[in-house]
Amino acid sequence: MKEELKIRVVKGPDGVEFEVEPLRDYYCEAAPTVMPGAYIKIVEDMFNWARSESIWILGFGTGCGAIEMRPLMTPRFDAYRYGVQWRPTPRQANLFVISGYLSTKTLKRAIRAYEQMQSPKYVIGLGSCTINGGMYWDSYNTIKRLDDYLPVDLYIAGCMPRPEALLAGFMDMKKLIRAGRGEGANLYAENFEWYKANQKRVIHDWDMPDYNW
Amino acid sequence: MQFDWMKIPYSLLTLFIVVNYGFLLGALIQKMGARAGRRYGIPIWQNYVDMLKNYSMRSSITHGAMFYLGPVFRLSGGVGLLLFVPTIYGSYMFSNLSFAGDLILALYFVFFGTLGMALGAGESGHPHAAIGITRGLSQVSTAELPFALAVFSVALQYQTLSVTDIVAAQQGGMMNWTLFTNPLAVAAAMLAFLGTMMRPPFDVVVAPQEIPIGPPTEYHSSYLAMMQTNRAIFPIAKIVIYMNLFFGGADSWPVFFFKVFLIYLWSAFVGVVFPRFRVEQSIRWFLIWAVPLGILSIVLV
Ligand code: SF4
Repeated sequence: MKEELKIRVVKGPDGVEFEVEPLRDYYCEAAPTVMPGAYIKIVEDMFNWARSESIWILGFGTGCGAIEMRPLMTPRFDAYRYGVQWRPTPRQANLFVISGYLSTKTLKRAIRAYEQMQSPKYVIGLGSCTINGGMYWDSYNTIKRLDDYLPVDLYIAGCMPRPEALLAGFMDMKKLIRAGRGEGANLYAENFEWYKANQKRVIHDWDMPDYNW
Repeated sequence: MQFDWMKIPYSLLTLFIVVNYGFLLGALIQKMGARAGRRYGIPIWQNYVDMLKNYSMRSSITHGAMFYLGPVFRLSGGVGLLLFVPTIYGSYMFSNLSFAGDLILALYFVFFGTLGMALGAGESGHPHAAIGITRGLSQVSTAELPFALAVFSVALQYQTLSVTDIVAAQQGGMMNWTLFTNPLAVAAAMLAFLGTMMRPPFDVVVAPQEIPIGPPTEYHSSYLAMMQTNRAIFPIAKIVIYMNLFFGGADSWPVFFFKVFLIYLWSAFVGVVFPRFRVEQSIRWFLIWAVPLGILSIVLV
């Protein structure tokens, strides 16, 4: 465990000494809960429509597929006209695009980023690497099935998929959300133990709280 | 003074019109920026959808009381600014809650939202938010300086602190506008205007890739939606002040829409042409170019 996460004794400005346990004192320990949608169906449908028309992507490039996301912001493909925008911070993003292979080191960061996003949130796996490991199927260092670690809503297959494929993927994602099937966050909360067990199996230096609020 | 209760629903009506106009205008300006970059740009109603989406988020977390109050302060800064200046000159319905001396109050409200935001974002405890705030406060303070000088110069010129009287003094033809009677003050204020609009070249405060969007980096869900609402109101409210002080005000809604659009366009126009300044560059720029203009305008008056 890292030095700054160990239990230590701190002296306050008033001279009183007290013990600080960073993992428990600085972070919230509560596990995620299932959050139901709005009670009235028509309201939830309207919300789902809004969510589908305003997809904010967390721009976090993990593998080689990340390079295919950039052209979407340029004049040639311009995803903005479909209501797809990029947000720099996980707090404001709804859609997490895992762009290609995830090394176990990056997986840790990806989990933290995913957990900081606000529900409802969606995950798209981009490229074959996220489906079955792709050309890294026998690598010692990458995960093979993204779905074991984060609840994936949609895969875009290919190595690497063209930006058009990504656009088509976003359109399919919109349909999923509008149909009320983008419930990945609740799936994650329901099967929290299972996901955590899988994650901890590959991440050996686990030095963060179990859920990063 | 007799308080007129009928003013409250009228003011709310003004607010309603301005919010919608702000949303559409914001999207339109963004679209123009996109067209300048040869993109198609967002749909014109995108801001409404974004806001609805943010209000519909199911979870939101807090970092303490100030974190709640930050967006509230910001929104009240925008709304307050709008409500204390007359929107449409000579119209009883849309003169809002303006009174004699409201100019000083308006100056205060321009800064109020920034301060509230600083407190709220500071409480979020995110280092990037803190960096954004230091940048924002130093830049906005220096940008306010020429604006304040210009405002004093105008107040001296017309010998009044009431926005309504200032507008009244500018009626009767374009040549009566402050733009022509006191061009130096207008120039200083328009340079200051660039600095407070958070557009390039003065948008290092919210640099999205360097310090993930700066002060609001921890804000999400309904907090963010509230700040978006303010983003629609605040620029318009500020432009209303500019319009009233320097460009003869507006005596009907079409004139209002047109003038606000043109003033907004000025910042967008500069924004697509010039690259970003760093903070110390922008501060120096304001102190060297804008402040002397403001001082000169006071001296000449
Ligand atoms: S699917 Fe292909 S392009 Fe994508 S990350 Fe894997 S190896 Fe790279």
